[in-house]
Amino acid sequence: MLKQVEGSHAVAEAVALCRPEVISAYPITPQTHIVEDLGTMVKAGAIENCEFMLVESEFGALSACIGSSAAGARSYTATSSQGMLFMMEAVYNASGMGLPIVMTVGNRAIGAPINIWNDWGDSMSARDGGWLQLFVESNQQAVDVHIQAFRLAEKLSLPVMVCMDGFILTHSYSQVDIPEQAQVDEFLPPFEPRQVLDPASPLSMGAMVGPEAFTEVRFLSHQKQLDALDLIPQQAAEFEAIFGRDSGGLIKEFDSAGAETVVITLGSVVGTMKEVLAGMRDEGHSIGALTIRSFRPFPSAALLEALKDAKRVIVFEKCLAVGMGGIVSMNVRMALKDQPIKVQSVIGGLGGRPITRAGLRRMFEKGLNDQLEEPHFHDIDMSIVERELEREKSQLRSGSIAENVLHDVGVVAAAKTI
Amino acid sequence: MAQIPESQQKVKFYQTGTFTVGNRLLDAEHRNVQATMDRCNSLDSGHRACQGCGEALGARFAIDAAMRASNNQLIAANATGCLEVFTTPYPQTAWSMPWIHSLFGNASAVASGIAAALKAKGREDVRVIAQGGDGGTTDIGFGCLSGTFDRNDDVLYICYNNQAYMNTGVQRSSATPGAARTATTMPVGKNPGNVFGTGKNVPLVAMAHQIPYVATASVHDLHDLEYKVTRAMEVRGARYIEIFVPCPLGWGSKPGDTVKLARLAVESGMYPLFEAEDGEITGVTKIRRHVAVSEYLKLQRRFAHVFKPDNAHQLEQLEAIAERNIRRFDLVSAEGEEE
Repeated sequence: MLKQVEGSHAVAEAVALCRPEVISAYPITPQTHIVEDLGTMVKAGAIENCEFMLVESEFGALSACIGSSAAGARSYTATSSQGMLFMMEAVYNASGMGLPIVMTVGNRAIGAPINIWNDWGDSMSARDGGWLQLFVESNQQAVDVHIQAFRLAEKLSLPVMVCMDGFILTHSYSQVDIPEQAQVDEFLPPFEPRQVLDPASPLSMGAMVGPEAFTEVRFLSHQKQLDALDLIPQQAAEFEAIFGRDSGGLIKEFDSAGAETVVITLGSVVGTMKEVLAGMRDEGHSIGALTIRSFRPFPSAALLEALKDAKRVIVFEKCLAVGMGGIVSMNVRMALKDQPIKVQSVIGGLGGRPITRAGLRRMFEKGLNDQLEEPHFHDIDMSIVERELEREKSQLRSGSIAENVLHDVGVVAAAKTI
Repeated sequence: MAQIPESQQKVKFYQTGTFTVGNRLLDAEHRNVQATMDRCNSLDSGHRACQGCGEALGARFAIDAAMRASNNQLIAANATGCLEVFTTPYPQTAWSMPWIHSLFGNASAVASGIAAALKAKGREDVRVIAQGGDGGTTDIGFGCLSGTFDRNDDVLYICYNNQAYMNTGVQRSSATPGAARTATTMPVGKNPGNVFGTGKNVPLVAMAHQIPYVATASVHDLHDLEYKVTRAMEVRGARYIEIFVPCPLGWGSKPGDTVKLARLAVESGMYPLFEAEDGEITGVTKIRRHVAVSEYLKLQRRFAHVFKPDNAHQLEQLEAIAERNIRRFDLVSAEGEEE
């Protein structure tokens, strides 16, 4: 049914349609609306046979899901930013134990300095944590991918993160087609756990594994992710057959086939890019966009195929490996290591910095001429950076960088970025 | 000994040096779970605990009692620690019950999740326990534990308290007593061993959450331990039992003295045994033969330095703690000591 709803509410409705049995909730912006709505639904009896747990921390939230999933219950939670870091030990544990938990990440920057706005620092900090990471570009995608996520997770016996841009998606209202229960039931069978805590058939889970078997266990978790590279598109096709929408999958091409220059990104920013790139194509540039919908597993083969005619790639990412550069671009370069394709890395949108059409246009034009420095910090104000560097050179006790920069930027300018 | 009628406590057939009544002298319904042929051996033989491990003894009795109370419909969540490591070196397991180990600090949250799953599935006949050592309970697992108490989740949490991080090599925890030597509180300097005035009493903290049932128990009185576990299993909601489990390796004591040390800790007033319901103390195990604190301390190398003349103040501080416990919990009967 078509509804004009907030992204968070749409996700809550999608999760409810998946008949979750245990939901754990801890408040952190910007995922709060999702669990608030789910809590209301459980309390009102709109989700049957479901326990809604108000836990004391994100570490408790995911730990509770570890317990409930191990006991055979379809389990869900959501987090963002610092919450992801606070639960990190449990993030690795859930995947190591092969528990098919689904978790929404309302993507938000990680502090310090504390920042509640969108970038992908949180999900990226867990990119090696053994979870599948599916990024969505719209609230319709968010709905559809959550439904696919439960099936994927349970098929693979691995946890899945659905990563959606905080505020940009979680708090925006748009038209979303909320599926019918019968459709979801047709697509998503009841959870049949591969392993379950059951007094009728006792087993020990979480045993200590030494050097004699650890490598093999790790290899299997890698192999399972590689298997997901086949399963994800397969399930997306089955989803399309039932729901009539192309959602999910490994990558999505937006006029990138045959283009000389391809812009690669994740998440919602492709919406703005599509408009800019359409204008540039009208002017005769051979340029298109491609989003990576499955960041883990990383779709190297799909990228290779999609980029077979490309000469140049510009990776735009809202995250930074400090001391190294782009994270997504590192992964893309790995996939393209044997190809004569130039990869330029652009870091932008950090901590919610607006990404404008004009800014993108300027950056793409530099990229078309191979003029982007490595990595390129999109829309950075170097005068602010230089002032702080000068301050550090001239004074030993130069103070906190964050406070200094905020002061230099000025309160008015700071408010503008909000 | 709330499970044994007063009349039977007068029986004068005791094991040598103790007030323990032998099983054979009790009628069938009062014999302990371990004495029955149908005990379930949930923590089976062949595990790798040290000789004289108090935790292995306590866990075996506690869990078999919980198994009996739940008609063998029991799932356990275990914190990282000795109990987890010595029972499950891959691919072996000593657990003949559904058992999960996730992390060091989340056993109670995992158990809460299991309880939620069972509730969602309408399987409330299956009960849940969580267990861990004092480090996993009073320190790193404290936030999750408090959460389980706060929500009054249907979980029995059992803490095996051996007063330090034994699995990592005997480091101080917030359950380590003053003066005790650990690897991080060495007996050097002016105030050797662990400093006084630190630590937390988690049974009392649990009571402050107003949860339905809290108890302390000790491996020297296994009837009482089984009774408390059985009582806890009769109740729904969050329950906490702390079991005092001497550790020969960490304490520098003889493996053969584990049960004796547990008894001396209780009889000296250093470890009070009590029960509480909804935040109120409902039962206290009286000290039957009060012994000097030094009797308890002198069998442990971790306290050896308190007997040096320079450290006499430390012995006095420990004695003052025992006296305070005796006053606070009214551990010695007004009529005086029993014979």
